[in-house]
Amino acid sequence: MSAFSQYFTGFDYTLSLPMVLLTLFALGVLLIDLMLPVEWKRLNAVTALLGIMFSGAALFLRIQVPYRAAEARGMSLYRFTHGFGGSIAMDSFAIYFFYLFLAAGAITILMSTRYLEVEKENHGEFYALILLSMVGMMGMACGTDLIVLFISLELMAISTYVLVGFLRRDRRSNEASLKYLLLGAFSSGIFAYGLSLLYGLTGSTRLPQIAAMLNGYLATRPTDPILVLALITTATGLLFKIAAVPFHQWAPDAYEGAPTSITGFMSVAGKAAAWALLLRIFLYGIHPLRPLYLPLLVFVAIATMTGGNLAALTQTNLKRLFAYSSIAHVGYMLLGLIAGDQHRVNADGIKGILIYLLVYTFMNLGVFAVITSLRRRDIIGDELDDISGLWFKAPTEAVLMMTFLLSLAGIPPLAGFYGKYFIFLSLIGTGHYALASLAVVYVAVALYYYIKVVNAMFMRPAVDTVPVSLSPAMRVALFVTAVATVGIGLVPDPFIRAATWSLHLAQYAPVAQLLR
Amino acid sequence: MEITTLHYLVVASALFIIGTIGVLTRRNVIIILMSIELILNAVNLNLVAFSRLYGLQGQVFSIFVITDAAAEAAVGLGILIAFFRNKETINADEIDLLKF
Repeated sequence: MSAFSQYFTGFDYTLSLPMVLLTLFALGVLLIDLMLPVEWKRLNAVTALLGIMFSGAALFLRIQVPYRAAEARGMSLYRFTHGFGGSIAMDSFAIYFFYLFLAAGAITILMSTRYLEVEKENHGEFYALILLSMVGMMGMACGTDLIVLFISLELMAISTYVLVGFLRRDRRSNEASLKYLLLGAFSSGIFAYGLSLLYGLTGSTRLPQIAAMLNGYLATRPTDPILVLALITTATGLLFKIAAVPFHQWAPDAYEGAPTSITGFMSVAGKAAAWALLLRIFLYGIHPLRPLYLPLLVFVAIATMTGGNLAALTQTNLKRLFAYSSIAHVGYMLLGLIAGDQHRVNADGIKGILIYLLVYTFMNLGVFAVITSLRRRDIIGDELDDISGLWFKAPTEAVLMMTFLLSLAGIPPLAGFYGKYFIFLSLIGTGHYALASLAVVYVAVALYYYIKVVNAMFMRPAVDTVPVSLSPAMRVALFVTAVATVGIGLVPDPFIRAATWSLHLAQYAPVAQLLR
Repeated sequence: MEITTLHYLVVASALFIIGTIGVLTRRNVIIILMSIELILNAVNLNLVAFSRLYGLQGQVFSIFVITDAAAEAAVGLGILIAFFRNKETINADEIDLLKF
């Protein structure tokens, strides 16, 4: 014990309390599940939700409140944020993402309870794995050390492989899980190779030190092939994780085969976590390399918008359609990182990415909540035909679905508009007119396939007349996502302020300069 | 001849390239998993070689990578068994239910 306290203080554990609590509750779910009879399995969802509530409370009371108090008194924030010898940084950026993951995890659990009963796969492991993958995501958002970041990434990824294959008797689920595992593990390997080269070039696994060393390195040897190789392998791994074209092939398959609520979870929380990791590495770790990676990002962003939007046009499976649509959204978000000049990233662009991730969480989870609720004993409910005539069977759901779809398309009074607004603003502000116009053209293309779904719901006759029944938990999930989608659209100021606050990273002098 | 850090790096990059080619060209899922292990071992070799220059951090990282590789192999083989039970094949070309 005494040998241990030499390295870790109580404060380190306070900083990691949200993650520790989630881990404990995940283990608790696993233990309690053994003692529950089949008809009581719903209690697992309650335990998991309790864990998320405790974690959120710990985040607010033990991390956010002291942080804001220190901020208000103008104290040096480094001491309040860095734990484990500087391996994790619970700064405003991490806090923002933590709330996002907690919200996404809670909504996913609410969506899953009835769905798992219909699938006859109601096991406690499901909820435990969701909590554990959330711990991984949190580590990706708050890590500032390559080891922490890599381990968190793998914790999230391995939990998600299992969740995708959770419907053991379903061939599509098996196949999706296997494809996701092979490509995910391959990309992790490439990413780890990049990290090992970065360590070799700079002699440190801490992002701030890496940035400082790279600055010096660039001054003497600007185009060292090993440097380029390290950049390319690291970037490839990250772009795989956010599913950017040409590294996107796993996404449609994994999204289609996965249990529907998990498709929603992967496409919002998993994506937000991958973005948090990408922003940490690109902005803190390797931002001196910006002149080198900028052309790469421009190419990938254009390819992603093109590939995602054009492939979505012809899809007839809803989950696959929204997989391609989520690829297209990644393309828009990448533009936020491109905005800026050769050496500086534009603050509005990064703010746009953060707001985009927040609103995308609610609107996309809402879409998948509606698709999940269509699952019944004999109907999978993920084909376009299954949703046709929804207006005549379940008018409330049809209207909610239309709201989410219009928000995804970026129609002004809804939340989705603000994500795109800030990104386009930053592009125009920094003179990327061609990219901005191209993105606007693709927004119009995207409207076509979103309206195609609306058209099916309202204009086509229903294939059957069986009413859609909603579990109470699903009602809550739909209510929360709908209120957030409309609410953020009508009252965007607090959320824009939160995103701006999350970029107040005074403790990182180089990044503060970049963003100014 | 003295063995320098560079020699280790060359071996590691050879392993990485062999692993990558294996993942891209092989059709047997188990061999693909083995190729992924080769890539992760290339990472380990890199990390340990660099830690000769910079201290222990690289070796600590490599222990985590080894652990991660074990977890990935366990989950991977588990998923492969679930897949084999339903489909009776481990040929990557026959994983074809999900496509356009």
